[in-house]
Amino acid sequence: MSQTVPSGPMRYEADERGYFGETWGGRFMPEALVAALDELTVAWQDAMADADFVAQFERVLREYAGTPSRLYHAERLSETVGARVLLKREDLNHTGAHKIRNVLGQALLTKRMGKTRVIAETGAGQHGVASATAAAWFDLDCTVYMGSVDTRRQALNVARMQLLGAKVVPVESGSATLKDAINEALRDWVASVDHTAYLFGTAAGPHPFPSMVRDFCRGIGDEARAQCLDQYGVLPDAVAACVGGGSNAIGLFTAFLEDKSVEIHGFEPGGDGVETGRHAATIHAGEAGVLHGARTYVLQDEDGQTIESHSISAGLDYPGVGPQHSWLSAAGRATYTPVTDAQAMEAMALLSRTEGIIPAIESAHAVAGALDLAKRLGAEKGPDATIIVNLSGRGDKDMGTAIEWFGLGDAEEGPEADLDQTETVSQQ
Amino acid sequence: MTSTSAAFEKARAEDRAALIGYLPAGYPTVEGSAKALQVMVDAGCDAIEIGLPYSDPVMDGPTIQAAAQHALDAGVRTSDVLRVVEAVAATGVPTLVMTYWNPIERYGVERFAADLAQAGGAGLITPDITPDHGTEWIAAADAHDLDKVFLVAPSSTDDRIAMTASESRGFVYAAAVMGVTGARDASSDLAGPLVDRVRSNGDIPVAVGIGVSNGDQAADVASYADGVIVGSAFVRCLLDHPDDEAAGLEALRALTTDLAEGVRRAAR
Repeated sequence: MSQTVPSGPMRYEADERGYFGETWGGRFMPEALVAALDELTVAWQDAMADADFVAQFERVLREYAGTPSRLYHAERLSETVGARVLLKREDLNHTGAHKIRNVLGQALLTKRMGKTRVIAETGAGQHGVASATAAAWFDLDCTVYMGSVDTRRQALNVARMQLLGAKVVPVESGSATLKDAINEALRDWVASVDHTAYLFGTAAGPHPFPSMVRDFCRGIGDEARAQCLDQYGVLPDAVAACVGGGSNAIGLFTAFLEDKSVEIHGFEPGGDGVETGRHAATIHAGEAGVLHGARTYVLQDEDGQTIESHSISAGLDYPGVGPQHSWLSAAGRATYTPVTDAQAMEAMALLSRTEGIIPAIESAHAVAGALDLAKRLGAEKGPDATIIVNLSGRGDKDMGTAIEWFGLGDAEEGPEADLDQTETVSQQ
Repeated sequence: MTSTSAAFEKARAEDRAALIGYLPAGYPTVEGSAKALQVMVDAGCDAIEIGLPYSDPVMDGPTIQAAAQHALDAGVRTSDVLRVVEAVAATGVPTLVMTYWNPIERYGVERFAADLAQAGGAGLITPDITPDHGTEWIAAADAHDLDKVFLVAPSSTDDRIAMTASESRGFVYAAAVMGVTGARDASSDLAGPLVDRVRSNGDIPVAVGIGVSNGDQAADVASYADGVIVGSAFVRCLLDHPDDEAAGLEALRALTTDLAEGVRRAAR
């Protein structure tokens, strides 16, 4: 049989203009920002080729963020699905998610470029908190844009950012959520670009952000691949991650792109169900378009207006997706499948009760999707079938949602009642 | 179809800068925006830019955002924008569409170029594509004899200004402050040098967008640029009279008259 997909070490990389597979990505941006994006591209490429920078980044990650994160064999969960499920414990990083990797890389680059101020957008507040953390540690001024709908939903994270010394600006325009926070951060950047760096929160946006953010997050997969070989002597049969913008996913996937035996699975926020229209499953249900500077799959109407997305997980609630994921899907190297709110919440409860780990609702999407995957692989290959799931963040921030969903918080209620409710909801 | 170059030639013949006015289509209504733009033509605009309302306008300040969001909430469609183009272009004044890229890609680049030309439009101003990422649009515009107006900024390198000037047709849009659209004091030490840098690349006219909102500011910009672009100040006239169409149109007429006088009294 002939190989229809071309192979080679660079085929999953963007070209020098930022296009993946000649179509996806690019730089659809105002001319006013092009010089800054060019400057950033050169600085990032120089930095990644500079052994001192790379060593400094690794040291900061190790000593401050707590990497490498553990690759943990979830034994009870493995028994229930009949395959070996390994959790990449990014939830144990400082600030509770993989996002610290990206902001430390970008903040280090900001210092190297001699800029004194950083801006960031945030949805649920996790990237905002990570940015505020890095800004505190590196002594940078920090302004975080956050949709006013989200500042109300995530008041605790607003307070965390403020305590860390960041200024939080509520954004009222448009739908007043993550995409509008990005718009407002871009508006700030156009006016402040001479002294300000934009710490973009995911592997999306104009070139070089998709590639740069991936490079700062790829330690997830590099570590997991080495840990899996070291601890089990094999490569995994599959790797799985949730995909909103897709930084944790591309951070995991990158190490495995050339391992043809490894299946790559992204799980998208299916919201109330893709058929309801209330979801954020951009690759599964969107169409190619341009949003925030990149050509990628976008949830959009007939006229190319962005459609508001929906997910129970604010961190996945974005109507676009990183362009490399669009390319990996189009090229057939990775599979993207929606997971509904109800499936994710069921997985959140399951992981809490089988492993004593409360995952972020984002990560619970990956767990939910991986359960079906593990069952299939276990049936095909036996109990040694191995799947790595990126546990990208911890669930403390999501307790408000969990309280509402499961009806928790009343001491009179027993745990069985809550699980029953989960099952009831998931069967609807 | 009238190329925007006609407006600059006319202004040059009168030894003055051209006045270019902007409003988004669909505010306060589709018909209302066409009527408002016709008033601006009548009172002295030499060329018109019609904004295509978009859900994620990263280069626009609060004034234009507010009007565009209103238009979107009221259900304005890309096809409505083309109807407004047709109504305004019928006056004989060069009429461009200013649009973010995704609605054009969604409509179909070639199809949009064909329909814009059919409606009598002069071309497109594209704030979020640059010529190096706009090859599909450049090909479609050339096939349909449309103007391609790309932007330059104070941060643009000389090489990029040369590339942009060579790929543009109609004029080069100098966004002369680092920031989003919106009325401001309109004095900038960045604008004059930016215009000079574009001019060093040939004869293409250079129009400046810098937040002009009155005749004195227009006169100042007209002293060094080939065109003065006014957007937010026109939109403000309509936003300030949400329930009184006649008053809004009267304000537009008065502002246009003031600006048209401004470009005529500039020291050149």
